[in-house]
Amino acid sequence: MENYELFDKNTTAFIYGSQQKAAQRMLDFDYLCKREIPSVAGFITPTGSGYFKLFWGTKEISIPRYLSVKEAIAAKPKADVMVNFASERSCAESTIEALETDNIRTIVMIAEGVPQRDVREIAKIAKDKGKWIIGPATVGGLKPGCFKIGNAAGTIQNIRDTKLYRPGSVGFVSVSGGLSNEGYNIVSRNTDGIYEGYAVGGDVYPATTLLDHLLRYEQNPKIKMMVALGEVGGKAEYQIVQAIKEKKITKPLVMWVTGTCADMLPGGVQFGHAGAKADSKDDTAKAKNAALRAAGVIVPDSFEDYDQKIKETYDKLKAAGKIDEIVEPTPPNVPMDYAQAVAEGFVRKPTNFISTICDETGEIHNYCGVPIDQVIKENYGIGGVLGLLWFKKKLPQYARDFIELVIQIVADHGPAVSGAHNTIVTARAGKNLIESIVSGIVTIGPRFGGAVNGAANHFSWGLQNKLAPREFIDTMKKKNVRIQGIGHRIHSIDNPDERCEIMMNFAKEHFPKHPLLDYALSVQDVTTMKKGTLILNVDGTIGVLFVDLLKSLHYNDEEIKEMIDMGFFNAFFIIGRTMGFMGHYFDQKRLKTPLYRHPWDDILYDVPDKPEEVK
Amino acid sequence: MAQKGIREYDAKRMMADALPKFSNGKIKFDASQVLVGPNTDLKKLEKENPWLKTEKLVAKPDQLFGKRGLNDLLFVNKSWQEVQKWIGDRMNKKVTIKQTTGETSGILNQFLVEKFVPHDVEYYIAITTSRDNDTIHFSTKGGVNIEEVWDSVVTLDIPIMKEIDELDVKSFLPSELADKKDIVAEFIKALYKMLVEYHFVYLELNPFTFVNGTPVALDAVAKVDDYASYQCAEYWGNLNFPNPFGLEKSKEEEKIDDLDDRTGASLKLTILNPEGRIWNLVAGGGASVIYADTVVDLGYTNELANYGEYSGNPTTELTYAYTKTILDLMTRKKDPQGRPKFLIIGGGIANFTDIAKTFTGIIQAIEEYQQKLKDINVKIYVRRGGPNYREGLNNIKNMGTKLGIPTEVYGPETHMTKIISMALDKKVGE
Repeated sequence: MENYELFDKNTTAFIYGSQQKAAQRMLDFDYLCKREIPSVAGFITPTGSGYFKLFWGTKEISIPRYLSVKEAIAAKPKADVMVNFASERSCAESTIEALETDNIRTIVMIAEGVPQRDVREIAKIAKDKGKWIIGPATVGGLKPGCFKIGNAAGTIQNIRDTKLYRPGSVGFVSVSGGLSNEGYNIVSRNTDGIYEGYAVGGDVYPATTLLDHLLRYEQNPKIKMMVALGEVGGKAEYQIVQAIKEKKITKPLVMWVTGTCADMLPGGVQFGHAGAKADSKDDTAKAKNAALRAAGVIVPDSFEDYDQKIKETYDKLKAAGKIDEIVEPTPPNVPMDYAQAVAEGFVRKPTNFISTICDETGEIHNYCGVPIDQVIKENYGIGGVLGLLWFKKKLPQYARDFIELVIQIVADHGPAVSGAHNTIVTARAGKNLIESIVSGIVTIGPRFGGAVNGAANHFSWGLQNKLAPREFIDTMKKKNVRIQGIGHRIHSIDNPDERCEIMMNFAKEHFPKHPLLDYALSVQDVTTMKKGTLILNVDGTIGVLFVDLLKSLHYNDEEIKEMIDMGFFNAFFIIGRTMGFMGHYFDQKRLKTPLYRHPWDDILYDVPDKPEEVK
Repeated sequence: MAQKGIREYDAKRMMADALPKFSNGKIKFDASQVLVGPNTDLKKLEKENPWLKTEKLVAKPDQLFGKRGLNDLLFVNKSWQEVQKWIGDRMNKKVTIKQTTGETSGILNQFLVEKFVPHDVEYYIAITTSRDNDTIHFSTKGGVNIEEVWDSVVTLDIPIMKEIDELDVKSFLPSELADKKDIVAEFIKALYKMLVEYHFVYLELNPFTFVNGTPVALDAVAKVDDYASYQCAEYWGNLNFPNPFGLEKSKEEEKIDDLDDRTGASLKLTILNPEGRIWNLVAGGGASVIYADTVVDLGYTNELANYGEYSGNPTTELTYAYTKTILDLMTRKKDPQGRPKFLIIGGGIANFTDIAKTFTGIIQAIEEYQQKLKDINVKIYVRRGGPNYREGLNNIKNMGTKLGIPTEVYGPETHMTKIISMALDKKVGE
């Protein structure tokens, strides 16, 4: 590669920062230009190593991430460009670090807001070392057919439209990054296209100036004419005038300095760029345009005929036979990103997942269509939220209250039950919260807590089949099925369970109807005749009352059956009891209880002398 | 926006902090000074600064303009009583000041009060910055318009990254300083080190003097690089950047400034002539300048109503608010001669901004103002490129048809500023 060239077809770069999108755009450009190797050698991301996945055409490839400039160049010594996306606060530091390596030759500083003195120092170091900086405060630029910096030149469609996938004969340089795309467009519409194009950035002291790049273009025999776009403020254009006088620039140059309107704006108005402010008469756009024109630069009367001047200049060169014919390549299709194709309505696909209870994709997450803030403002409560998420219904107040009542009643039942016991033993084994409560929750089932579902099931079946209480009991007995939800260790018909009383009274007062409760109580009348403790217990009460609740909410028998089958009723027990398990876990941790070991004297050791031998 | 002028008060405040530090205590700097604004509690000020009542004082406006003596705004060798009255008579009053660049009118609202220092010599120093060098300009003939005595100014270039201690500062100073050379050199070195460390981009003391071997700045003009604010928070202290004198903002401009400050997007608006018929609603800092230029270059300077831009991917709400502000301004009055007004919705080819999306906010605002726009005979011209531009242009075209507002739309195939000459039906040079 000649000294005046920054990039060629084999140039590879590091991206400083996690700008995967920018890197993807570089790879898409590469692909469009039919480069053989991707132009991104790696990312330098001090926050983490590993790799990023990007596309090379339709294929996914992994691009390594390095923690430092040093590590990156050790791994990929051939990469000689760094596209620095570091913030304005750290851009200077990382740029200097890269400048001090032997490998990196060109650095692009993207950030806007790097202190001037830092940039001036960087410019000086780079010059002393014969290296190149583009920026700061720029989108970068590109060399068609070879290499594109980050986000320069916009979308693939734009690159295709302005033929930036293959070189033309024009060297372009502008101050403004935002206008560079427009510059490429103008050049491509009026000539055979861009050979190289960069935006030096709108700062007061860009690290390389318009002139620096024009001098490179001057030396490059493939560049036949130059186009530049300057700006009010600073003295950079006078350097160009000087260079023309010294014959350092001889190729045709079409140039316009923007900001001719500045005179009529009130003093001190700063345009969009930091450098765009005239501090003296010489800095004004008018003065600069006049000086350039006097030096022989082709300066239009206004931006209006900038395109015409470019066309005329190019046509003259063409007529003089100075422009080689371009064999137009056919650029391959660059696959469109799925997200973009979706946005533009080009593709569709069936989903693999469905959610009908909530949506977190909008501005505020919602529960079954009710925004969470509204849930709070309207006092849905735990019962109301479960109504939205489990039932997908806005429940009436009595239903919400009943759910909360149940949750409170089942919250804990002492350390001895299997779930709490397991939680405690696991907590004492040094396991964490989630492991401990999971060991408790897994014991919930047909024998522990599961009677809620069972009771609902049994009594509903009896009522649906219109079995008289005694008939129901006998049928169950014949089938050798224990009726779930009946029987208590201590409580009896004469010593009723307060918790059951509360729930029943609540239902009697608030539920529009409670047929299953009535049925269960008539069954209880029969069972307690046999034994006083065979009462409808807590699980049974919850089970039958939930069926009554669902009936009141207009669910039919089939729907209720389905809900019982999917364990809906147990869910209230699980949610309530988990609170208790957590309490036990915290209790044990606070007490710093040691590993539990079951005492020998509580275990019957009845081991045979020898195992039965199987022949 | 990089180079920002600061108050004389702040410049001296920083000098008092920095000079001893950068001269190993050899240079002291007395910054007994106070800043008086419209709401300053003078009694409290008096208590905190007892010297106000015991010393003879100097008072002057501190609002980023010079030539205060020439404009009769310098009150020298007076008592605190007299100073209070002098300031009171001028506070919040509009004045027109003469500058080398012309006349400017503005409201006086910040005054610097400091000790009066009797002195016999007045020196000049300025430190300027350029790409490759910082330059120290010194003269023993300070206190006057320095251009008039420019022959007396000696200069010393300090190449970027060079330490001033490596240079022979003494020998560049004029010989007439004689035995004062040492102290002046020390002072210059400390001042320069401050300029570097504190990220000043310009500093001028005209004049300064020495009293009992201590430098005293009788005036100070300074600019700092506000990009360095993150490095200099501690050095700069509570530093704010006043608007240039005479730049008073309208309610609408302040509103846009406020939106600009509060969001990541960039929104700018300067009203040039509310009676003008060409209103620019242009995307991008670079493009917006060119649109304004073209109106001027086509000879329609007096019709250019505003300068402004929106960029940095503003949200729909922001483009809506921005457009509304402009529509509101442009539909307040009909053109007295009944000629149409033009809304130029311009811009270059965006890199990644979704054009259809940005136009959504613009269309919303136009729909809201449809009647007013029709009443005052507004024609809309659009030119834009970038992602989804066809859809965006189509939407805005359909809006025009639906609302019955003449609307012409163009994409990248049309030269960026063509819509201005189309609107004005005029070619450059005609």
